[in-house]
Amino acid sequence: MIDLLAGFIQELRAAGLPVSLTENLDAMEAVRHIPLEDREAFKYALGATLVKNHAHWKAFETIFEVYFSLRGAEYNIDEDANEDEVTAGLLQQLMGEAQQGSAMDGLTPEELAELLYKALMEGDEAMARALARQAVTRYAGMEPGRPVGGTYYLYRTLRNLDLDGVLEKMMEAAQQEADGGLTSLEERLARDEYESRIDQLRKEIEAEIRRRLVADRGAEAMAKTLRKPLPEDIDFMHASRDELAALRRAIHPLTRKLAVRLARKRRHGRKGPLDFRNTVRHSLSYGGVPAEPKFKYPRPSKPEIMIVADISGSVAAFARFTLHLVHALNSQFSRVRSFVFIDGIDEVTHMFEGVEDITEAVHRVNTEADVIWVDGHSDYGHAFDVFWERWGKEISPKTSVILLGDARNNYHASQSWIIHEMRKKARHVYWLNPEPRSYWDTGDSILTEYATHCDGAYECRNLKQLEKFVDVLG
Amino acid sequence: MTAQQPRFGSVPEVRQALKDVAYLADEGISGVVYLADRLDKPVLVEGPAGTGKTQLAKSVAEMTGSRLIRLQCYEGLDESKALYEWNYKKQLLRIQAQRVAEDTGGKWDEIEEDIFSEDFLLTRPLLEAIRADEPVVLLIDEVDRVEVETEALLLEILSDYQVSIPEMGTVSATQIPLVFLTSNNTRELSEALKRRCLYLHIDYPSLEREKEIVLTRVPDVGDHLADQVVRIVRSIRQLDLKKHPSVSETLDWARTLVLLGIQNIDADQARDTLHVLLKYQSDITKAAKELATA
Repeated sequence: MIDLLAGFIQELRAAGLPVSLTENLDAMEAVRHIPLEDREAFKYALGATLVKNHAHWKAFETIFEVYFSLRGAEYNIDEDANEDEVTAGLLQQLMGEAQQGSAMDGLTPEELAELLYKALMEGDEAMARALARQAVTRYAGMEPGRPVGGTYYLYRTLRNLDLDGVLEKMMEAAQQEADGGLTSLEERLARDEYESRIDQLRKEIEAEIRRRLVADRGAEAMAKTLRKPLPEDIDFMHASRDELAALRRAIHPLTRKLAVRLARKRRHGRKGPLDFRNTVRHSLSYGGVPAEPKFKYPRPSKPEIMIVADISGSVAAFARFTLHLVHALNSQFSRVRSFVFIDGIDEVTHMFEGVEDITEAVHRVNTEADVIWVDGHSDYGHAFDVFWERWGKEISPKTSVILLGDARNNYHASQSWIIHEMRKKARHVYWLNPEPRSYWDTGDSILTEYATHCDGAYECRNLKQLEKFVDVLG
Repeated sequence: MTAQQPRFGSVPEVRQALKDVAYLADEGISGVVYLADRLDKPVLVEGPAGTGKTQLAKSVAEMTGSRLIRLQCYEGLDESKALYEWNYKKQLLRIQAQRVAEDTGGKWDEIEEDIFSEDFLLTRPLLEAIRADEPVVLLIDEVDRVEVETEALLLEILSDYQVSIPEMGTVSATQIPLVFLTSNNTRELSEALKRRCLYLHIDYPSLEREKEIVLTRVPDVGDHLADQVVRIVRSIRQLDLKKHPSVSETLDWARTLVLLGIQNIDADQARDTLHVLLKYQSDITKAAKELATA
């Protein structure tokens, strides 16, 4: 048992979850109190002791499934066969006499689809699970030793099941069932219900595929392929669509956290010098004895922010997230102004003003801003030139200028003197680069030429680094 | 610290007992409560607002027949409000009384020993929970509101169930209380704190569980209405809103509908009472639009 847990914890750490030694000991202690045959309880016991951040729960769950899917007698593949027989019996009852004697394997695809539809319609989970298993056997075409990822099998299975079609069919049936049709509200509720059932089925299929892959390749190998970065570690520039969605979800709680932290930092700065007047005033209630010294708290002014972001294809995702984050925090700054460029430059501050939904505004920036001057390839030199000419005089000693981009200038003139001038006028000039540090100054990247004039250049590849930078800013 | 009898026999037992006090726990919640008792560890409960984090502590107190001691955290909470404080007014009086007696030969040493004794100690929630003779449940509410530095105050009590008072020595727990910390996750709690706790994340309940909760908490609601309520709430939670309706708001809404004598919600009624469920105008507009055009 100790070895097993140690291996599991090793795997968690490899996935990036911070598991300390005491937590490890707690987990060992916890499983002593839990009946081991109760899988759910076992999982929660480990979860409660090892995972202390909800964002990590999904990673934990996946690793748990993989690692423990084949351990323990009741999770043997052989056992599945038994279960299949049970479900086969169930099926026979359902199908009536016509199908007597035929187990699940004997079903035609149409019958399978029909059964699936019925199971989903009635919300019969046991049935749906059995069907998911059957569908994987039939459609995924899994062969032992084939070096293909789980998503491939998932795609094949789902394509054959045509779940969208099933959903439509279910909706139609629901319409007919109700007399006089459904009201729009009822229709929506029904759709949500069916969608959640189908979603459940999809998860069931995914789990089934994973189990079979584990059986084929072994838990350790599988865990390695399933190792996914945690949301805060996802690289902006190489994020898949799902990962981008995860990032967007992660950004909301992050802004809340940062706002609290910035506000707090401002309020609880170090104590200032003694406030004599205030102390004397309060001493009156102690009969003239200055028993309660009062201090002047420094009130640092909120910085004004100017963001100048490259939104050309290669760094667009990064610019989006930074704009989103900074505007979500705009209550922490006295003013936030944003400019976007590719080879032309445009101010987009107004798109964020009075808008409650920042995602929407960021989307508008990408579609409406006028940023093409000649050919739509990044030209930092020209963009800075125009920026300096049109808005340069508005930079004040309170302004922090943040430049976003990879500094890949397509061999145009750099105009780095502008940054130098900017720094003279502004409070700070920072450069954020979404590329790894080792790529800087390779090819057409001229980052150092700009960075020498900045107060700092930061590598900003994921949310964790972005968060750290915003902290510097506050 | 003395080993004490475990409070619960098994996980299902916890679940049933919680149900008896009208708190419907799922597998995870009851499992963690059970473990907290067995391992003598505090539980850190996180999750969206209004999902029953504080209620869990209250229900556990009710279920075990313990007294609930609550420490509400806020910015600026300090030692003297969380742990203990010397009753300095009383100490001053004591010294002054002594001064009168001094003429008749009192000794300073005696006074000093005297004024730092239990008579002059004001216990605050944490110390009180430790010193209680009867079983208690300690609830440290919204622990994410205190500053990172203040968190350190909690560490000694959470890991060793003791409080060190420099002038007096260490006060150890007479019995180990069940401790619940809740957090709305407005900031990351420190590693040190997390390490000492079991972690429990309470999310919005599943459809079935929420329906059960509505039925238990709002007994007048019919089965049909409860079903509709939770379904609509689930639909609304899928929208991209500023703040999603919490369980307590679901209950409020169910109560409102019962009061209005509604048995079957249609789109209009839903729209008219949405303000019970949602607290931002932009959210209400969005949800109303979504419900109208399915």
